[in-house]
Amino acid sequence: MVGIAVTLDKQQQLEAYRRMLRIRQFEEAGIKLFKAGKIPGAYHASIGQEAAIVGACMALRSDDYITGTHRSHGHPIGKGAQLDGLMAELMGKVTGICKGRGGSMHLADSSVGILGESAIVGGGIPIAAGAAMSAKVRGSGQVSLTFFGDGASNQGTFHETLNMASIWKLPVIFFCENNQYAVSTSVQESHGQPDIAKRAAGYGMPGEIVDGQDIVAVYKTTCAAVERARRGEGPTLVEAKTYRFDEHSVGLNVGSEPYRSSSEVQMYIQHRDPVVLYRRVLLEDSFSETEIVAVEKEVTDTVAKAITFAEQSPFPQLVEVYQDMYVNPINYPATPREFRP
Amino acid sequence: MNTAAPKCVNTHTRMSYMEAIVQAQIEEMQRDERVILMGEDLEIYGDGKVLKAFGSHRVWSTPISENSFTGMGVGAAMTGLRPIVALSIASFMYLASDQIINQAGKLRYMTGGQMKVPAVFRCSMYYGGSVAAQHSDRPYPMFMNAPGLKVIAPTTPADMKGLLKSAIRDDDPVLVFEDSAFWAGKDSVCDDPEYLVPIGKADVKHAGTDVTVVAISGAMKAAMSAANELKLQGISVEVVDPRTLVPLDKDCIIESVAKTGRLVLVDNANRTCNAAAEIAATVAEEAFDYLRKPIRRLSTPDVHIPFSPTLEKPLFASKDSIVAAVKSLL
Repeated sequence: MVGIAVTLDKQQQLEAYRRMLRIRQFEEAGIKLFKAGKIPGAYHASIGQEAAIVGACMALRSDDYITGTHRSHGHPIGKGAQLDGLMAELMGKVTGICKGRGGSMHLADSSVGILGESAIVGGGIPIAAGAAMSAKVRGSGQVSLTFFGDGASNQGTFHETLNMASIWKLPVIFFCENNQYAVSTSVQESHGQPDIAKRAAGYGMPGEIVDGQDIVAVYKTTCAAVERARRGEGPTLVEAKTYRFDEHSVGLNVGSEPYRSSSEVQMYIQHRDPVVLYRRVLLEDSFSETEIVAVEKEVTDTVAKAITFAEQSPFPQLVEVYQDMYVNPINYPATPREFRP
Repeated sequence: MNTAAPKCVNTHTRMSYMEAIVQAQIEEMQRDERVILMGEDLEIYGDGKVLKAFGSHRVWSTPISENSFTGMGVGAAMTGLRPIVALSIASFMYLASDQIINQAGKLRYMTGGQMKVPAVFRCSMYYGGSVAAQHSDRPYPMFMNAPGLKVIAPTTPADMKGLLKSAIRDDDPVLVFEDSAFWAGKDSVCDDPEYLVPIGKADVKHAGTDVTVVAISGAMKAAMSAANELKLQGISVEVVDPRTLVPLDKDCIIESVAKTGRLVLVDNANRTCNAAAEIAATVAEEAFDYLRKPIRRLSTPDVHIPFSPTLEKPLFASKDSIVAAVKSLL
């Protein structure tokens, strides 16, 4: 990928670090709250994948669209969402971004361009392409980026949508967060060859592999894909090789036969932590320790404030359960009477 | 006969059910540039006229990828367009059902009202013509059980035009189940582009006092023939066409049952949990005191539609079976 000189300016570098750190600290706090029983359901943490998420989002305009996955906390934070509504949603509160209807797997914030976080694997891929089609019809100049995992690349929606996006040269970026395991199934066990990006060739579009632990590399690669899309030249498949540090979901019992070795996990945590790596880059660049610590303190405060907001917020009432089923609720709700608002 | 529709003050044109589908789409695409049409082999399946009238940005001829082009329709609907997704044969709805049920129907609710999905998903129930089980399904009951969707099943050219236009203008996802039993029949249709038939309103297609017959979609054809024959025999049948299955116009059905005290339900979908079952349960729950006789239900048995005409034809309710059912309640 040549010809595009893209660099983050000083302010953007700090913003990128801020967003990565927000994801990391939001998730660390969330895991504690989940274990303490304050967050119900299942908790899929994005820890380890921050550079892939933020690097991709920093390449987008605020009005560009994204769709995401069941591992949904990082995407809105990466796209610039406020944390209060996200944390309140995790706790099932009425002030949550989805009013307590979506929860951990569905942290979609439309104010930053998110069109849903699909917990049906691969479900968001055609939706993002549809948004790209819409941008093309409306001539809005927007692009659309869909985050999906290595597991989703084996769904029919991946193949069908890449084909259609290529036929119609849609302004869409297919962004694979390849964290190497679909729950407990490795890419080796589930893919005919290990590089998902190579599948792009079959659909007549560029496929790029990038180090998903290196935010600068992810940003540059995504920028090139975004520019290509905005020029009307069509889609790109980007595969960021990354790693999730926690289990598929927090506390998941993986059985007696481990699907990945603890030495592999430790290698990533100790040597390939994207937040640590970027902090080092910033220090080697032009940033002082004081500047970085200031961002870190600000993020810690923001996360603490979000937790307080969420904890102090009320739960939704049962009489609200029918709200937002329809925009135009003709004869609805019909039954049962006892739940009518 | 559209008692629940607004009065048309304009001129009328005689057109077929199929022509009404095409005309509704053309009028809405002319009225609102956000309306687009997507689907497979549109020219062959009746939408050639739409294809010719609008450019490639408005009409998207898709590859055979039902689930994903349906998902693209959902994404386009969420971002400012109003797509009509044409899925041709109704059994293909199963391929698209993940995007229809898990995304289109759920996204508004799951995002706490942040999104809306103003999309129309059209399909045609093509049965009774020896195309065997994989092309002959009447799958609306399955989608009635998926909240967040609206489901319409118009039975006349006028209702089709008016309801399809309402569906395109509605801000929620609407499924349109067309019935090939009506394709050829012509009827007088209002020319006024603002003539709409409201979603959620049933229509009394044949007024009567002795027995209520509620017939779903294609079953309306035999129900009307039965009502006409029974009239000659001095039996007054009220035929109610729900037209919309979600939301169901319970009031209209119950009002008729209150008058007649007798109810026959005719539904060409398979018997278990079909639209007739839902209506029977509703009437039993909410209007039991009006019933003078047990509810009779004529449905297609829980069997696949066979290829051979001698096996297929007897599976669906006929004029004779409806006449017999009505008489059994008197």
